[in-house]
Amino acid sequence: MTIKQIATSLAAAAMIASPAAAEVDFSGETIEWVIPFSETGGSAKWANFFAPLLSEELPGNPTVVVKFMPGAGSTKGANWFQEQEHEDGTLLFGTSGSTQFPYLLDDPRVRYEYSDWNPVMATGTGGVAYLRPEDGEKFDGSANNLQDKDFIYGSQGATRLDLVPLLAWKMLGMNVEPVFGIKGRGDGRLMFERGEATIDYQTSSSYLGASADLVEQGKAVPMMTWGALNEDGEIVRDPTFPDIPTFKEVCEATDGCETSGEAWDAWKAFFIAGFPVQKIAFLPQGTPQEVIDTYTAAFDAVRKREDFPQIAAKRVGKYDVFIGEGAQKATKAGTSVSPEAKAYVKDWLQDAYGVSLQ
Amino acid sequence: MDLFATALPALADAWALILQPLVLGYLVLGVVMGLAVGVFPGLGGIAGLSLLLPFMFGMEPVLGLALMIGMVAVVPTSDTFASVLMGIPGSSASQATVLDGFPLAKKGQAARALSAAFTSSLFGGLVGAVFLTLFIVVARPLVLAFGLPEMLMISILGLSMVAILAGRIALKGLAAAGLGMLIGTIGEADAGGSLRMATYDIPYLTDGLKLVIVGLGIFAVPEIVSLLRQDSSIAKDARLGAGWGAGVRDWAANKWLSIRCSLIGVVVGVIPGLGGSVVDWIAYGHSVQTTKDKSNFGKGEIRGVIGPESSNNAKEGGGLVPTLLFGIPGSGSMAIFIGAIALLGSGDIEVGPTMLRDNLDITYSIVWLLALANVVGTLLCIAASGGIARLTTIRFTYLAPFLFMLISFAAFQSGQNFEDILALFVIGLIGIFLRRFDWSRPAFLIGFVLSNPVEKFSNQAFQIASFRFRSSVEEGLNYIFSPIVIVLLIITLVSIVLGIRQSKKIMAEGDVASGSKRAPMVFLLAITAYVTAALINASMIPDYNMTDKIVPLVIGGITLAACLILLAQMILRPETDPIFADKEIAGEEAEAPFGLWGTLAWFAGLIAATYVVGFILALLGFLIAFFRFRAGAGWGKTLILTAAGIALMCVMAGALGRDFPPGLLQGMVDLPWPLG
Repeated sequence: MTIKQIATSLAAAAMIASPAAAEVDFSGETIEWVIPFSETGGSAKWANFFAPLLSEELPGNPTVVVKFMPGAGSTKGANWFQEQEHEDGTLLFGTSGSTQFPYLLDDPRVRYEYSDWNPVMATGTGGVAYLRPEDGEKFDGSANNLQDKDFIYGSQGATRLDLVPLLAWKMLGMNVEPVFGIKGRGDGRLMFERGEATIDYQTSSSYLGASADLVEQGKAVPMMTWGALNEDGEIVRDPTFPDIPTFKEVCEATDGCETSGEAWDAWKAFFIAGFPVQKIAFLPQGTPQEVIDTYTAAFDAVRKREDFPQIAAKRVGKYDVFIGEGAQKATKAGTSVSPEAKAYVKDWLQDAYGVSLQ
Repeated sequence: MDLFATALPALADAWALILQPLVLGYLVLGVVMGLAVGVFPGLGGIAGLSLLLPFMFGMEPVLGLALMIGMVAVVPTSDTFASVLMGIPGSSASQATVLDGFPLAKKGQAARALSAAFTSSLFGGLVGAVFLTLFIVVARPLVLAFGLPEMLMISILGLSMVAILAGRIALKGLAAAGLGMLIGTIGEADAGGSLRMATYDIPYLTDGLKLVIVGLGIFAVPEIVSLLRQDSSIAKDARLGAGWGAGVRDWAANKWLSIRCSLIGVVVGVIPGLGGSVVDWIAYGHSVQTTKDKSNFGKGEIRGVIGPESSNNAKEGGGLVPTLLFGIPGSGSMAIFIGAIALLGSGDIEVGPTMLRDNLDITYSIVWLLALANVVGTLLCIAASGGIARLTTIRFTYLAPFLFMLISFAAFQSGQNFEDILALFVIGLIGIFLRRFDWSRPAFLIGFVLSNPVEKFSNQAFQIASFRFRSSVEEGLNYIFSPIVIVLLIITLVSIVLGIRQSKKIMAEGDVASGSKRAPMVFLLAITAYVTAALINASMIPDYNMTDKIVPLVIGGITLAACLILLAQMILRPETDPIFADKEIAGEEAEAPFGLWGTLAWFAGLIAATYVVGFILALLGFLIAFFRFRAGAGWGKTLILTAAGIALMCVMAGALGRDFPPGLLQGMVDLPWPLG
């Protein structure tokens, strides 16, 4: 082939390609879904679960590969994504509560801005706190009889998702001493099983996978869920655990715990960021609307698959998969807290655990 | 006895599941893929499993399991190639293998060392499977008996192996281990999040250094540089001695050692939270202690290969217990494995406490698929070992550029940062000097590996113990001094006493001559300066974060004391004293035709060029320049070798979906893969 021939065919190819650009088609392309965590975490499971489903539903059935960019508690990957701009729609980014919390707490490493990004899908989870049987006997729907006892809790760190349970127990007047530095909630459950920890919580899927078995054997008693959000933004019973009271109910029944005021507002704000809107998939800044629509439609098709409720039950639980406007609303709710709530939590972290984020 | 009533039929079901031609076919496929990934250092099972994940969705469970297990099982087997032939620890499982495996390769006995290692691996894997078959149904309460004090004691037992690997001057070994521990504390503390010897302005440091990088830097870089300076082949005189049959006979002669180390491997592997990092050191220490003539350790003692290799495959089996019973992954690849199982079939196999009750047949299938994969993988490896051992007869100058290429790529894969390669270079420099001045590199690495577990477990155990003491003294004492802790304490004490007595005979770096005072003293002062800086840095952490400062303070204090005593000894003693050991005075290094800095400059050049033009372009220039000017090859040979190197990188990265380090150039213009 001469140079002239190559040039002609390239030009021809360009001519054919240009009208097609109006319609998004990913035939033969590879979509990179970047996760700011390592291969081993919950976000990796989440993305690996959705990736093949997404591939089936996107026009042209592109290969969807999950890439990992761990570091600095996920802020490294998020800072990287902040630098990215739309090119051809083949870049997707996934965040979790661990990315949202540093953002909400003004962690000095954060150089990303959630409102610059385009959310296309969001999922949530719930959480269940449970006690040892002897403490469970004292639990009567209120924490009144648990306030004079010391508890030990295996924790990943006060600025992580553990902030939500720790603040909840504090509001109930319970004296829970966190043992920091465990690597995952599984380790926390193991500490509970060994009797070293005396209180624990798990996210919904892990609770169903392992802790529910402890409850069945009489080795643990569920205390409360964090609840779920209804459409009006109110906390209601968790659809996965309709028989377990929510923290809100327990708080209302407990002396000295109030479901209004700055402590409650702060707890609720961080609860929303950590649970009902825990994981979000984003397209980068500058993505044209038709690409966003394409992804929205694909995720919509995924969640409407006949077998989706069944295969998703273990990964995302019986919780909604938000898309399109729903995802945008969810993202807004999950990434904004009032200055008062932020100040309250920062003060509490400093006073109780000596954590200062500077 | 209803336990057996359910276990035996389940075992029969498991075998019925496994013994189907299609299942075995998938297993072999997995094994072959695992071998292909595993021979490259630093990639390991995580990269391979990630590659398989997209295919797991909805796959027939037993087929998916066969494929994945085939892949995971052979990684600790195949990474032995790199550790024995090149002195490159492929993963944490093969660090101790380097100590005696690589010297054997240098003696021209690579095939013997490899086949002894593989036979031990095979045997370890089988012992592990048998043990697990019996143990897994009763394992739960026993695993739960290992609380934080017990895990702390196992970590300390691992640390006590420093005593036996300390080298001729015990204080130097102690200081090396202390330095390793201090370097292991760099970054954000697990407990309170305080920064140690790091700043938020350099985000890379806040995560701490990765084991892959420290392992490669401490063992691989110094050996590559040293061999390159001598410009010979790995095997002296480029001759191969004993073949693979000799290795199998070596194993048979040491089968009891192999059995004991296999059991050590399973038992330590069973304990969740420790991972495999201590197992091979404990097995190595055990091999040394039970050998009458210790003089060959570190110089090519076959028992030093058989011990760790027997334990590391058995450990994989042991690691299945926490993974399957508690849903808690013992390692990174196990974490992906758990995730992948939920994708299989209709997704109703749930790893966790219900696994034994509802899916005992699947559990047994996993155990025995692992054993079968070991057999298949080992046979393939032994068959290949004779041929691959020939690599050690090639003039090393032709191998070195490929090794620099591989370790840089491996380092980059650990965190996808340019700083990963930079860290490899800096740690490599530390490794070079530790080697030169006869400071124990194994001690350094053990310190680094165990720094995090020791800190974590001691803090957490202390916190819970003080809680128990508050309710009553008796309860507190019962918690700390459980029977398991007491047994481990006795083993640790015995191992330290024996270790100190025997360590003088074990010279990991060979006989090193002493000569001048200046160079060893400068190195000691540099270490003392770093330790002092780390101490001051730790003391500045506020007191309410005591959990973050106490371990660096204590370790730093001990290390500083050791350094100061060494300094006093250096001032007082004559320059012929062994304390002044320096490889540049006499021996291979001193007689080498090429200097240290000139050789190192090639590696530095590759890194600097990567920073500017990205990895592949830098590699292109590096390989051409190296083969043409350093190796003195003709243009034809130069271009062929360069093309081969680049092609290997591209195929590997392409197949695994990995990126190359980008440079400044890639930040300015978009280049197509693999350049961009």
